[in-house]
Amino acid sequence: MSTPPPPVIGVLALQGDTEEHLRVLRGIGATAVPVADPGRLDQVQGMVLPGGESTTMGKLAARYGLLEPLRKRIRAGMPAYGTCAGMILLADRIIDGAQGQETVGGIDMTVRRNAFGRQTESFEGAVDIEGLEGGPVDAVFIRAPWVESTGPDVRVLGQTGEGGAAGRIVAVRQGSLLATSFHPELTGDARIHRLFVDIVKGTA
Amino acid sequence: MANTAENDKTVGTTRVKRGMAEQLKNGVIMDVVTPEQAKIAEDAGAVAVMALERVPADIRKQGGVARMSDPDMIDGIVSSVSIPVMAKARIGHFVEAQVLQSLGVDFIDESEVLTPADEAHHIDKWAFTVPFVCGATNIGEALRRIAEGAAMIRSKGEAGTGNVVEATRHMRSIRGEIKRLGTLDEAELFGAAKEMRAPYEVVKEVAELGRLPVPLFSAGGVATPADAALMRQLGAESVFVGSGIFKSGDPAKRADAIVQATLHYDDPSVIAKVSRGLGEAMVGINLDDLEDSQRYAGRGW
Repeated sequence: MSTPPPPVIGVLALQGDTEEHLRVLRGIGATAVPVADPGRLDQVQGMVLPGGESTTMGKLAARYGLLEPLRKRIRAGMPAYGTCAGMILLADRIIDGAQGQETVGGIDMTVRRNAFGRQTESFEGAVDIEGLEGGPVDAVFIRAPWVESTGPDVRVLGQTGEGGAAGRIVAVRQGSLLATSFHPELTGDARIHRLFVDIVKGTA
Repeated sequence: MANTAENDKTVGTTRVKRGMAEQLKNGVIMDVVTPEQAKIAEDAGAVAVMALERVPADIRKQGGVARMSDPDMIDGIVSSVSIPVMAKARIGHFVEAQVLQSLGVDFIDESEVLTPADEAHHIDKWAFTVPFVCGATNIGEALRRIAEGAAMIRSKGEAGTGNVVEATRHMRSIRGEIKRLGTLDEAELFGAAKEMRAPYEVVKEVAELGRLPVPLFSAGGVATPADAALMRQLGAESVFVGSGIFKSGDPAKRADAIVQATLHYDDPSVIAKVSRGLGEAMVGINLDDLEDSQRYAGRGW
C-alpha cells in the first residue's frame, strides 16, 4: 500500500517570525513553504499564521489580495494555526484593535489584542494543553493577546495559571483551526506543530 | 476541564526579549517625533515606531548634546498607537534606560545617534526586563553587544545622512565575517574571539548557527524603497528608517512604499512600482563632507 504524498503547509510570509515556523515544521519532517501571494496559497493544504504585528500583517494581506482567498479557503475547511498575531487574524472579533483593523476570521471567538500588556510585561510560563502528552508546554507570551470569549463550537485547550492574569484562555481549537496566544516556534518544543500537522493530515 | 499553568510567570527572560525581536522581522521601524507621525507610520504598516524629539538629520543640523527624549513626548506617542514603541538611550547611560523602561517602552535603542554618556562601557542590558537593540559596524562590535545582553543588532550606518553607503559597508562586513567564522576550526575560533574582543562562547555559537543568535536589522541612511530592499538583499531581516520618511516630501506615501519594498525586496517590478511619484527624497549628505567628529558610527566600544 502506498502512502499519500505528505501535505504541504504554508506559512504566511508577510511579516513576523515566518522563518521560525518554517524551521520547526521542517524539523519534524513536514513540507513547509512561505506564502506571500494567492497563487502560492492555492498550492498548500494548511496554513500557519505566524507571530508579528497583526496590523501590519492584516494590511499587507489586504493589499496583496490574500485576505479574501484566505477567508475562502478557511471557510472551505483548510486547516490553519495562528500564533499570537496569527491568533488575532483567526478571530471573528477583536477588542483593542487598531482603527479599522481587519481579520481573516474563522474561529468564533473574541480576542483582546495586547491583553497581557506591553513588552516589559511579556513573560514565559508553563501551560497545560488538553490532549497533549508529555506535560505542560513552556509558553512564551510576547505582548500577547488572550481569548475574551468563545462560541459554542470552540474548545478551550489551555489557560494561564498563577499570577496576575490567571485563568485566561490562551489556546483554542475549532474543528481544524488552532490558535495559541504564545509562540511554540520560539522554544524548540514541536508538540503543538505536530498536532497541527496531524490536523492537516486528517489524523487529529 | 481546561488546564492551568503550574509555574509562575517569568518576565524579561532571554527568550522573551529575543522573541520580541523576532516578531519585528520582515518589517520597517520608523522614527517619529509626534503622535501624528506615529499614526501615519502605523497606518502605513510599520511594525514599530521609534519615539524621539529630533530625527538624526535635525540632531546633525542643530548640534549640541543629544539626550533621551522628554517622557511627556514618549508618553504621547505610546498612547497614540497600538504597535510597539521604541526609544533611544545614550550609550552607557543606564539611568536613561531605567527611565525608559519605567515609561513602558517596548524596546530600547542604546544609540550612537545620541551623545555617548560613557566612553568605555555600554549598558549592562541583562539587568533590564525590556529588550535592547544596539548598533554595530562589524562582527566584533555585534558580538560584544550580544554578550552585554542586546536582543537585536542593527547596522549603524551613518544616521541622518540619507546616504546608505555606511550601512552597506556594515552589513557586508557583519555578514561576511559570519560566513568566515563558519569555516574556522576550533583553534582558529579561539583566535577569532581574541581578535574580535568577544566571548568565545558567542563566537562559537555564531560559527555553528551561521547567523547571529539574535535578529540582524539594518539602520543608518535608508531613504528610498530601493535602499530598504538593498539592505534586505544584503541580509538585514528588517529595516529602520530614521530621517528618510518624515524629512521627505510625502511621508505617508514614502512610508507605505518602503514597507512594500521591504516585503518584496527581491522583486524589482514591485520596487519600481512603489518608487514612482514619491516626491522629494530627503536631501542627502556625502560622507566625504562629514568631519570625523560628525560621524556617529565611530561611537561605541
